Amino acid sequence: MKEIVVISGKGGTGKTSIAAAFSQIEGSGMLVADCDVDAANMHVLLEETICQSIDFYSGYHASIDAGKCIQCSKCRAVCHFGAISESFQVDKMTCEGCGYCSFVCPQQAITLHEAYSGQVFLSRTRFDSMLVHARLEIAGENSGKLVTEVKDRARELASAFDCDLILYDGSPGIGCPVIASLTRASIIVMVTEPSVSGYNDMVRLYKLITRFHIPCAIILNKSDLNESHRKKIVRFSVVNEIPILGEIPYDPLFTEALMQRKTILEVSQNGISGSVNTIWNRLKSMII
Amino acid sequence: MKIAIASGKGGTGKTTIAVNLAALVSREFPDVNVVLADLDVEEPNSGLFLDGQIVHSEVITRYVPRWENSKCTHCGKCSEHCKFNAILRLPEQILVSPELCHSCFACMDLCPENALIPIRRKIGTLVHRKTGEIDLVEGRIEIGEPSAVPLIKKTKEYLERAFHGSSLFILDCPPGNSCPVMESVREVDYVILVAEPTPFGFHDMKIAIETLEVLQLDFGVVINKSGTGDHQIREYCMNNKVRVLGSIKNKKSIAERISKGELLITGFPAVQRALNTIYLAVSNRLHVT
Repeated sequence: MKEIVVISGKGGTGKTSIAAAFSQIEGSGMLVADCDVDAANMHVLLEETICQSIDFYSGYHASIDAGKCIQCSKCRAVCHFGAISESFQVDKMTCEGCGYCSFVCPQQAITLHEAYSGQVFLSRTRFDSMLVHARLEIAGENSGKLVTEVKDRARELASAFDCDLILYDGSPGIGCPVIASLTRASIIVMVTEPSVSGYNDMVRLYKLITRFHIPCAIILNKSDLNESHRKKIVRFSVVNEIPILGEIPYDPLFTEALMQRKTILEVSQNGISGSVNTIWNRLKSMII
Repeated sequence: MKIAIASGKGGTGKTTIAVNLAALVSREFPDVNVVLADLDVEEPNSGLFLDGQIVHSEVITRYVPRWENSKCTHCGKCSEHCKFNAILRLPEQILVSPELCHSCFACMDLCPENALIPIRRKIGTLVHRKTGEIDLVEGRIEIGEPSAVPLIKKTKEYLERAFHGSSLFILDCPPGNSCPVMESVREVDYVILVAEPTPFGFHDMKIAIETLEVLQLDFGVVINKSGTGDHQIREYCMNNKVRVLGSIKNKKSIAERISKGELLITGFPAVQRALNTIYLAVSNRLHVT
């Protein structure tokens, strides 16, 4: 099974728009999984039919039984997160679920219960492909684990239905959800834009990627936004031997397509859809 | 006054609003001491728009356990207790995975032989720069460090230590809706939610609003890259009594200026007016001018 991860470091570079176009080209032959569990958007564009939703529990929260509590403060003394108030209430947002409090409580007044962290959805897109996405619970923790859950479900579905290609749309940043989305990838595609922020974030992301020893490629979106930063990205790709799969110029059509909830291929008959097709073919040829 | 600049979706213009708001207030209201804190520690970019002299920098660490073979009796209490799978008990050794550790100290305190010793692990750096009249404090996470929360916490603690409470604190937050965002907006007076009027922006804004309501924070929306499609956000905000503080138009010339790492407070009078209105609306709301 081949797994493509699309990622960007900086938000708003066009990851999801481009990934959605790839999904349209490939249709039912490729499963799509949205690893941006904080702010999943792929389903907005691909108008899914949800076939199944699965509750996801991860980690723990402590709660104190006021009837048993003798207010000895032992729990407050050991909690390094300041999660227990003076009135012996546990703040769910700050509690990390380490269980130290419940271990030291002489009254066994503190119990740990599994924390509800969100939902995973198994769906079908309007391009007839399978889609796995998730929604992290409000103020939910363990987004990295939810990403892993999305990926596990995606692999399970793909192998059950004999689909040998998965496309993951990643989240911005370089923290735990991103680290979780990179594991076991066949190739990592960085979608970047020629701006100070785009360049800077790509370089930090690349430093993270090099730890995984996974092949990597660049898509240069909004390529005519800033010539000097475009050159910087090209130079970076040459020095680090990262192929640039293609360039897509800044085009209001990207926004217009989104407004109509369509992919860029559905609204553009001109050069952009050609570039996207070429980029997709190059990308596929790198892994197959 | 602490104002967080947040958004659900990435790339809506949080940093743009944060740096330009800081620069504008500092220019137009010289009495206000402006402190801009970049809490998007995974990808901190505020500093790209405001350079300046470093006045303070420090390495930020947290404690993780180190295993001392000579003292260990392999009783396994440490790994039994660890809820994060950061300690693995093998037949001959105890394997610590510091990146999974949450620094709860349970293993170190509970070990009867003191065989797990707290050591400092670098999680990032904090840099405080003075750029003109603006104090810029940036947290920057070590690459490969999974959790941003401890570094955000430490950066906010530095703000408390280093500045007078009467300063205007503008906090540039990370994108998303998970723990790093929660930590960033904790105990702020107001949240400016930057939304873009695309279906993606709208979808993520609704999630962000739900989150802020759960946290019971006061907030308003700025529509960035506005144009066609605004009506959806506008109607949603009206129907749900959410205040829209202002809008900034979607223009390639603005994107080009930002791409160079330059500010919008000269040459873009409409942006300037919008930021001014946003600032006055927020400070009136908080009864401070």
